[in-house]
Amino acid sequence: MRLNEKIIRYIYIITFTFLTLTGFAQMPIFKRYHIADIPGLGWLAQFYITHAMHYIFAAILIGLSTYICVDYILNKPKGYKITSRVYAKSIIILGLIITGGLMVFKNLSGTPYSPFMISLLDLSHLTLCMALLFYTPELQHYNS
Amino acid sequence: MGHAITRRSFLKGTLTAAGSIAATSSVARAATAMEKGEAIATLIDISKCVGCEECVHACKEANADKYPKPQKPFPKMYPKGVKAEDWSDKTDVIDRLTPYNWLYIQSATVDMNGEQKELTIPRRCMHCTNPPCVKLCPWGSAIQLDNGISRIDADICLGGAKCQTVCPWLIPQRQTGVGLYLDILPAFAGNGVMYKCDRCYNRIAEGKVPACIEACPENVQTIGPRDEILKQAHELAASMNGYIYGENENGGTNTFYVSPVPFDKLNSVIEKGKGKPHLAAVSESMGTGDKLAMAMLIAPVAGVVGAAARFYSMSKKES
Repeated sequence: MRLNEKIIRYIYIITFTFLTLTGFAQMPIFKRYHIADIPGLGWLAQFYITHAMHYIFAAILIGLSTYICVDYILNKPKGYKITSRVYAKSIIILGLIITGGLMVFKNLSGTPYSPFMISLLDLSHLTLCMALLFYTPELQHYNS
Repeated sequence: MGHAITRRSFLKGTLTAAGSIAATSSVARAATAMEKGEAIATLIDISKCVGCEECVHACKEANADKYPKPQKPFPKMYPKGVKAEDWSDKTDVIDRLTPYNWLYIQSATVDMNGEQKELTIPRRCMHCTNPPCVKLCPWGSAIQLDNGISRIDADICLGGAKCQTVCPWLIPQRQTGVGLYLDILPAFAGNGVMYKCDRCYNRIAEGKVPACIEACPENVQTIGPRDEILKQAHELAASMNGYIYGENENGGTNTFYVSPVPFDKLNSVIEKGKGKPHLAAVSESMGTGDKLAMAMLIAPVAGVVGAAARFYSMSKKES
């Protein structure tokens, strides 16, 4: 694996890990289950902190995804083939970015969504995240 | 107690007519605002409030159908430290916010022109313009209506109390043993339903004013389009050389308190604690998130620039 791909892989793993943690932290579960009582993990029960962190890592994921897409178009390696697994993961990540982006827009002042839309977005985002968790957090196409 | 009832009855009898006239014009203004899709707001003139608690009783009466009817015994919750919150045996508590009391009268004894005076302040949800309880509810059970009212859907709420934690005034109150969580995993997730003032959204939808406003014998509250009410609040504050609370707090709310005494002074003397909100200055809770959301727009640009730079660097190497 080349250096560029190694760096991308590590950034992706760190980003994905923190996005998942801070995403689940949007639900009041870490305090209830005393995970936030573990030294060093108290921040998981601080909603405004995890909210800001989720936004920061979401920005990194969007930047990284754009980088990978544009890089693929510009620097496509010869004999390269995208597997169906990677297609599936890409669609899930795209879904997460779209539903997440809509929720970020919802959180801005003066953008009231209907209750149905809010619940739909929340559940879709959570379902897509769970789906992605079933895949290993690796950029497999970069291993080809 | 007898004295209080007599006083309330007296005030009711003598001032109902005046209140009705004021309420009718409020209804018309609020209805017009709603038709235009504008937010409605309330002005609370603290100098007028006599602390008679008519508003509190009217609120309880008007919203009695919305109050929790918990199933007992409560299901066991895990881990063991998770506590049930039960107000069903204390429904008559009116000196703080509870799931059965969404409005209460806070009192403050202050020095005014060298004289000790007791001010009474109706306290309830501020109905923020960008309410963190609504925006950060992970389940979509807290909602904001087009007219700016924020309310909690008791049929969807799981009682995680995140709305209470993120509310700068810790307004929503929990009742265990009621709601959707009982049908999902009552032992492991959820803990009831959160309750708070919903500005009598159903009455407003019917063209009426909130019960607390209608019942007030002193016309302490005025409801109408937000811009108009804010203008009135400024005029009132100017006329009494007073102060406004709620205009800028948490980035703006749909409740404007006007007081002849500075709010930091009031805040230092009121009783604060669980179910008893403060009157301190509040910065915009969603402000950091809004700024980061803007930064998020830069992320794809950075990605494109990064990939283009790599392409340029590789092309240069190859040539």
